Amino acid sequence: MQRFSALSLLRHGLGRHQGWKPQWRNAQPKPGYDAIIVGGGGHGLGAAYYLAKVHGITNVAVLEKGWIGGGNTGRNTTIIRSNYLFDESAALYDHALQLWEGLSQELNYNVMFSQRGVMMLAHNIHDIQVFKRHVHANRINGVDNEWLTPEQAQEFCPSLNIDPNVRYPVLGAALQRRGGTARHDAVAWGYARAADALGVDIIENCEVTGIRRDANGAVLGVETTRGFIGSRKVGVSAAGHTSVVMGMADVRLPLESYPLQALVSEPVKPIFPCVVMSNTIHAYMSQSDKGELVIGAGTDIYTSYTQRGGLHIATHTLEAICELFPQFRRMRMLRNWGGIVDVTPDRSPIIAKTPVKGLYVNCGWGTGGFKATPGAAHLFAHTIAKDEPHPINAPYTIERFRDGFMIDEAAAAAVAH
Amino acid sequence: MLIINCPYCGERPELEFAYGGQAHIDRPVQPADLNDEDWTGYLYLRENTKGVHAERWRHLHGCARFFNALRDTRTDHFLATYKVGEKAPEVTRS
Repeated sequence: MQRFSALSLLRHGLGRHQGWKPQWRNAQPKPGYDAIIVGGGGHGLGAAYYLAKVHGITNVAVLEKGWIGGGNTGRNTTIIRSNYLFDESAALYDHALQLWEGLSQELNYNVMFSQRGVMMLAHNIHDIQVFKRHVHANRINGVDNEWLTPEQAQEFCPSLNIDPNVRYPVLGAALQRRGGTARHDAVAWGYARAADALGVDIIENCEVTGIRRDANGAVLGVETTRGFIGSRKVGVSAAGHTSVVMGMADVRLPLESYPLQALVSEPVKPIFPCVVMSNTIHAYMSQSDKGELVIGAGTDIYTSYTQRGGLHIATHTLEAICELFPQFRRMRMLRNWGGIVDVTPDRSPIIAKTPVKGLYVNCGWGTGGFKATPGAAHLFAHTIAKDEPHPINAPYTIERFRDGFMIDEAAAAAVAH
Repeated sequence: MLIINCPYCGERPELEFAYGGQAHIDRPVQPADLNDEDWTGYLYLRENTKGVHAERWRHLHGCARFFNALRDTRTDHFLATYKVGEKAPEVTRS
């Protein structure tokens, strides 16, 4: 791996930048691997990286049906936070946040992680009660979160409208200063480059079409558009298409897939210093380092695989943005897009073994998968390598729905799923 | 925005409707006989088809009645809508 540094930049500059090499090999599939990851998003690439780095399993393939980072990794709003209510969730998301804090150094790749603060607005007495409960629960769990008055919120985000006479006035806010954003593409590319350097084969344009099993039901490998690839361990990390892939092994999961939309404005100079979210009127926004306002909308009401979604969903979010930030009323939106998110009944993910021996699944992240990327990848690699969960993801089983041990973040997360 | 054909009221915009999830899920006749696996299936496991999906809708801002639909989740194209109690019509599953 060519390491990136000020010196390497200078040296390549002297060579007119003609000497840079591709950041990962264009690997061709081998007949077999010690482990296969289905899905070349941040979660899948990260899992391959940690399998090689932490567990010494380097004979690994990542199979991606399209191109690296072309799925949900390239279709999100890049927000990172860990202020979840329940103990299990706080442990999971803060594990990810702690990995985010050292990720650029670890990967020798600038993922542009920016801890600019995530502020969640309260608009009514219920919001105030819920967010204060969050603040206290988070602090007990060692997760930073603090309560702000409207004036303090405006001080933190000067463009926020705190006029008490608007329809949904800002009555306060919860602020997680360690939260922020990262560059979504860089996360996928950084993991791909680092995993490749450890020997992982990253195979693009290779769609899994079947899962082959032996007479006892254990996994033997996967059928793909580029032929059969053998492996006794297959980890599925296919986001919105998890149901489709797991159906190939006759595993039914409590998942439904929905389009989730986002949109960006034309780029402007730095004006918006943090991330602001509002659950009640459903708005959330940050400014990318390129200058675009990045805005997240909600999911459509019906299941779909269209990667599109209805325009009225995005319009609803823009109405909320225009009330909170009247100065953005005349901004032009450049483009919008949809990703497909798979949602569980309790709105918490599944990172677990499955009833099929050798088959593992990381899914059900709903609207919040990006923030968990390093943590989910790290825990998924552990689960695959050891054939048992890490203590942090031990509660995130498939069986929790049967046994009644749900982690009901549907009501506890800050933005409706 | 989708235009959805309510079997009672005719074609109306999507905003008038509420989605009701997968259709044709029978309530257990003898609930006491169900084991934990059966209950999990009834309560939590849903078809998440990439293709033609049978689902319930409610014309919330119109007749307020439930009906069923066949929709292709790859395109969001509605192939048919029909009244509760009727069998799903045969459609070309292209």
